[in-house]
Amino acid sequence: MDFIQANLPYILAGISVGGQYALIAIGYTMVYGILRLINFAHGDVFMAAGLIMVYASTVLPLYLAIPLVIIVTVLIGFTIERVAYKPLRNAPRMSIMISAIGVSYLIQNLALYITGGLSKQYPSIPWISDSVTIFGATTKMVTVITPVLTMVLIVALVLLIKHTKIGMAMRAVSRDFETSQLMGVKINSVISATFIIGSFLAAVGSLLYFSNYTGVTPTAGSMPGLKAFVAAVFGGIGSIPGAVIGAFIIGICENIIKGLGWTTFSDAFTFALLIIILMTKPTGLFGEKATDKV
Amino acid sequence: MTKLNDKKNSIIALALVAGMFVLLLVLEAVVPHTSIVFTVLKKGAIYSLVAVSMNLLNGFTGLFSLGQAGFMLIGAYTYAIFTIPVADRLSVYQYYDGGLIQFALPSIIALLLAGIMAAIFAFLIGLPVLRLKSDYLAIATLGFAEIIRAIFQWDKLGVITNGSNVLRKYTCYNSTLFYFAVAGICIAIIVLLINSSYGRAFKAIRDNEIAAEAMGISLFKHKQMAFVISSFFAGIGGALLAMFQYTIQASQFKTALTYELLLIVVIGGIGSITGSCLGSFLFIACSEWWLRFLDVEGAIPLLRPGFRKVVFSIIIMVIVLFYSQGIMGTREFSVSGMINFFKTGGPIGWIKRKRAAKSKKAEVTVNE
Repeated sequence: MDFIQANLPYILAGISVGGQYALIAIGYTMVYGILRLINFAHGDVFMAAGLIMVYASTVLPLYLAIPLVIIVTVLIGFTIERVAYKPLRNAPRMSIMISAIGVSYLIQNLALYITGGLSKQYPSIPWISDSVTIFGATTKMVTVITPVLTMVLIVALVLLIKHTKIGMAMRAVSRDFETSQLMGVKINSVISATFIIGSFLAAVGSLLYFSNYTGVTPTAGSMPGLKAFVAAVFGGIGSIPGAVIGAFIIGICENIIKGLGWTTFSDAFTFALLIIILMTKPTGLFGEKATDKV
Repeated sequence: MTKLNDKKNSIIALALVAGMFVLLLVLEAVVPHTSIVFTVLKKGAIYSLVAVSMNLLNGFTGLFSLGQAGFMLIGAYTYAIFTIPVADRLSVYQYYDGGLIQFALPSIIALLLAGIMAAIFAFLIGLPVLRLKSDYLAIATLGFAEIIRAIFQWDKLGVITNGSNVLRKYTCYNSTLFYFAVAGICIAIIVLLINSSYGRAFKAIRDNEIAAEAMGISLFKHKQMAFVISSFFAGIGGALLAMFQYTIQASQFKTALTYELLLIVVIGGIGSITGSCLGSFLFIACSEWWLRFLDVEGAIPLLRPGFRKVVFSIIIMVIVLFYSQGIMGTREFSVSGMINFFKTGGPIGWIKRKRAAKSKKAEVTVNE
């Protein structure tokens, strides 16, 4: 109990960060489930959402800026898929992954050009940036909102996947790409829908994530992106509840490590976890076992 | 007859290499030392070596590894740590009372040690990681590179690594010839390896793992070997980079560096050594020199610092999307190939043949 009392601020921060990672991780896990592609550019889309918010909030009131951020981010995600991944649909998996790395490089350089390499001050959103006190630990409102909002969005997403036509199509495509195509599933619109959902969640995640930090830099997205990917692998790639649980575990552990004074290793821990899980249970916590046929 | 031809070709190749070195000598004598040409040449040579070592893994063995920056870091640090003169240690390790190591090695030995250290780390990392496949391997090696970086920045190890502070005052070479000689020797060794029976085993693994195993190739042994050798040369490349920069810091070896190297390999052509070298020099020349004018703020509205990199990454995306073969594909630049090229009419003949092939292809599709 003492441990929890002493580390409460870190645990709270961990839950909050975990929720934000979860929102990004869903984008990874859904895309991987369907295309078998690690979308390296996803973290940069997340960063781009942060930058768009910075610029949008200088000219627009917040109630217009936030929807704009979400719409533009979704458009970016959609465009990336159409321009950089669709032409390579029949190419070897390595080339599509290289294309993803190329897109990531492009977005980062574009952000570097637009911002001039400086860290941009993130606008403070009223209410969610306010301070609150929970069990004697002072924190921002966003810490409390994040897990709740994450849960609501995930339940909505699970309902969408379980009970709508497009959700059924997604499940079919992730099970068997070719067969579902033969059954009349429009592959391209399903993949676009996946990218749209992923980018939407990344945009929401970026609103919450950057509220905790002072600024956005062009490389701000790569580390959260990689961590979210690790979370997706940890939970079993392709599985949405797995990704969410993985993200919360990573977020909490990382912040406890920071609390213990090992900040240098908070990033390394994530990758150590990844390697351990790949060694012992490559399919992750909730992943389905895949068998290779010769 | 073919043997005689081979001999003739290798003499021509040697002459070309010698000619290149003479050209470099002349260049060094004529052009002032501060010229951008030397920066491009040195950095190009270093990147060539690392790109070729990456190509050995990604292009020839089919292991999609993204750990190159980590191994470069090990090489760079090993070299720097062991060649700082004892007298200067107190000023470099100012926060750690002069550090733990109180001796300096000759730079050639330190250079070799840089490669060996990287190879040892690669061996240890390879034990668990090489059992993974394609994208899992990529993300695991990338993770290990990040872990290595965190360890080198850890202040508890500061007596050896100087924590997150810069290392400086180690032995550096200013001569472009030196970089070309070291990189050239290393690349030559890699070429010999690829043309040996081991190299053929690597290619067999790349083309079909199961078939290769059925033919009696030990998968793990060969993958481990490719991984260790590639890391050895990445370590040496890292040491060269340390020399070139005069100061070194762990924070520089981020995943972005690996991504750049991967893109170089792709531009040059996955599976082509000469392609990787060509790609490196083009990449460095464009990013450091030829596209500089895009960064100059002035009359044209869009131009300002950073625009160069945007244009550059768009070019890279175009290559990735539309010319996925890169410059060389899997072909190699060779003397006999060059002779053949000119015998069959040079560039004009090449275009003619291309056209003929295209129209033939069109005919086939019409017939179908």
